[in-house]
Amino acid sequence: MTADAAHRPAAIRFERLLCSHGAQPVLGPIDLAIARGSFVALVGASGSGKSTLIRSITHLHVPEAGRVEVDGIDVVSSDIAKLRRRIGYVFQSVGLFPHMDIAANISIGARIGGDRLAIGRVEELLALVGLDPSFATRLPASLSGGQAQRVGVARALALEPAILLMDEPFGALDPVTRDRLAREVRSLHDRLGLTTLMVTHDMAEALLIADRILVLDAGQIVADAPPAKLIANPGHPAAEALVAVPRAQAAAIAALAGPRT
Amino acid sequence: MTGEWATAFARVPELAREHLLVSFAAIGLALLLCAPLAVAAHRNRRFAAVALGLASLVQTIPGLALLALFFPVLLAVSTVLGEWVEPLGFLPALLALTLYALLPILRNAVTGLAGVDPAALEAAEGLGMTRWQKMRLVELPLALPTIVAGIRTAAVWTIGAATLATTIGQPSLGDLIFAGLQTQAWTLVLAGCAGSAALALSVDGAIALAQRGVERRQRLTGAIAGLMIAALAAFALWPQAPDNRPQVTIGAKGFSEQYILARLIGLRLERAGYAVDYRDNLGSGVLHAAVASGQVDIGVDYAGTLWTNELKRSDRQPREAMIAGIAAWMQGAGGARLIGPLGFENAYAFAVTRATAERLSLGDLHDLARAAPMMTLGTDPEFLERPEWRAVDAAYGMGFAGTRSLSPGFMYDALASGEADVITAYTSDGRVAADRLVLLADPEGAIPSYDALLVAHVDAEGDAGVRQVLDGLIGAIDVRTMAEANHMVDRVADKRSIGEAAAWLDAQIRAQEGAE
Repeated sequence: MTADAAHRPAAIRFERLLCSHGAQPVLGPIDLAIARGSFVALVGASGSGKSTLIRSITHLHVPEAGRVEVDGIDVVSSDIAKLRRRIGYVFQSVGLFPHMDIAANISIGARIGGDRLAIGRVEELLALVGLDPSFATRLPASLSGGQAQRVGVARALALEPAILLMDEPFGALDPVTRDRLAREVRSLHDRLGLTTLMVTHDMAEALLIADRILVLDAGQIVADAPPAKLIANPGHPAAEALVAVPRAQAAAIAALAGPRT
Repeated sequence: MTGEWATAFARVPELAREHLLVSFAAIGLALLLCAPLAVAAHRNRRFAAVALGLASLVQTIPGLALLALFFPVLLAVSTVLGEWVEPLGFLPALLALTLYALLPILRNAVTGLAGVDPAALEAAEGLGMTRWQKMRLVELPLALPTIVAGIRTAAVWTIGAATLATTIGQPSLGDLIFAGLQTQAWTLVLAGCAGSAALALSVDGAIALAQRGVERRQRLTGAIAGLMIAALAAFALWPQAPDNRPQVTIGAKGFSEQYILARLIGLRLERAGYAVDYRDNLGSGVLHAAVASGQVDIGVDYAGTLWTNELKRSDRQPREAMIAGIAAWMQGAGGARLIGPLGFENAYAFAVTRATAERLSLGDLHDLARAAPMMTLGTDPEFLERPEWRAVDAAYGMGFAGTRSLSPGFMYDALASGEADVITAYTSDGRVAADRLVLLADPEGAIPSYDALLVAHVDAEGDAGVRQVLDGLIGAIDVRTMAEANHMVDRVADKRSIGEAAAWLDAQIRAQEGAE
């Protein structure tokens, strides 16, 4: 599948992208193509520029220079509000609207586009993210963190986007919920044929669910490889440091289990 | 007692209607102004600082002063824009109350919008909301409780401050409060306060209920709140029965004698077939300007007041010369016309108790100047700012140990209780005789004559019917009769209402006419 994906046109392409916060350059220059159907993880330490990169796609962060293309069209020349509605977005802070019930939260993309979701679509989306249909009438305040982010994913998928962007989507969740949700998102990605770009600081998560891992350090992509290749040969010291953590953990846990005889 | 209460509350419905009308209009206008201001302030921090700073500045101006300031401002504007800009009554009250209502609404709106959860804002943008959609669907609903709290504060403040609107000629429940305080008629004060509190609480309650209905999506609660607000609005806007009689507006300054004389004139005009409207509690300068501009048709002013404040004269003249000078000046400036003197004087006079006069052997103002360093002077709020005081001070050299500014109604109490040793009493005040006060002579003639003068706008002066009524009052009231009428409403025991005192005065004048 990865070999095949390389021949398809890119879902997202960055050309000489430069981003800065005020006078401080934080990212770039970046040249990168995200192939259709791939699940790409953006990994890096805090301040490496990974969030800025994903935010620049829908101009939540407006780049200093360079181009971003979605489906071959320059983002600058498209209607930014429409573009955002075409792309699913899951936020680390979830950002459910506390004054709207779950059904209204999930339907919000359709509503702001002057449309409404088909009858039964809310329940279908809830089922997709593993929630009971009775959640539709509940308010966000009554949900646990994991349930809220499931609704966040359902909201992102409501308008059947081809691209799903996730900015540290599981960062605030407990490890068990986080692991389960990450695997569920991967399976949704496969079932729906999405192109997924996920920002995470957790290399283990990236290694386990992504097809391709990009390591960012000080605003530069310092490693770009499938998980197996990355773990075998990280190349850059920053990538090495990130890969070392799960590798050492795995070894330590294996040692705890005792030598097999 | 019950009659007293019934009289006090009789005017409440009509005054409450006017009170509510001007309050609703001010809150509504403030909301209209605040909506764009709050959005602009939310989007631009510097604009927010400037707008909130100005709104706070307005709030530091005392309510009475803010209302009074609009009179000269609107008077100037009306000379440019024409007569539809009325410097007295509804318009200045509306503008001042609107300015007052801005701060709580604006500040709460800005605070509420700034306090919206950033996660919700990021999601709103990320999901593709336009700026307007973000405001309408996310920011406004989430800031709503804070915004509504501001509107409720503004509503309560505005309805409270509307009681002060009476001082610029906008009838409100303040009419009862001011008149009651002035004549120490506590039933009137209570009636005014209770009415105003009831209005404030019902409006506040209705808004709170409306908010609850919206937030909890309770249709019934929302409907009840809507009905309450609609009922209050309908009450405020209820059309008054049309009056085909010719309309005359009588102005009065804020003290007993003025209230009584206004009612006396009104009584006689009503008998002559006119519909009468009163503008009570007007400031001294406001009354004259109101008659000159025609917003008030008739008022009673005093020779000394006009002489110093309006003619800007400081020379001393005999009373006939003063009155003739005022009449001539009015012909040449503005629309006010002198009808004539009522027959009594209400001059300032320094008064002490009999005991004080004997102890310090006080007979005239020279004696007072000698004893002044041991004495506290109690005056009405304006005396120390008036040219009369400068003239007295220049002629006698008064160096009082202290001064106290008191509402005229309380000056006599302060003298009785020893909080003041000498007060600037009024010669037609019934309490001078009742309290057996000693009025100190003015051998240097520093205090000008204060003949009560009937003044009318040129149009009213030209109306034969009005003119006949007014002419009947010229020279008709002597100082003893006026003092007695004043005392009827000012005294504590056997207190009479202003209307009763006016009727008594009317009967005295008629008896006198009959005798002639």
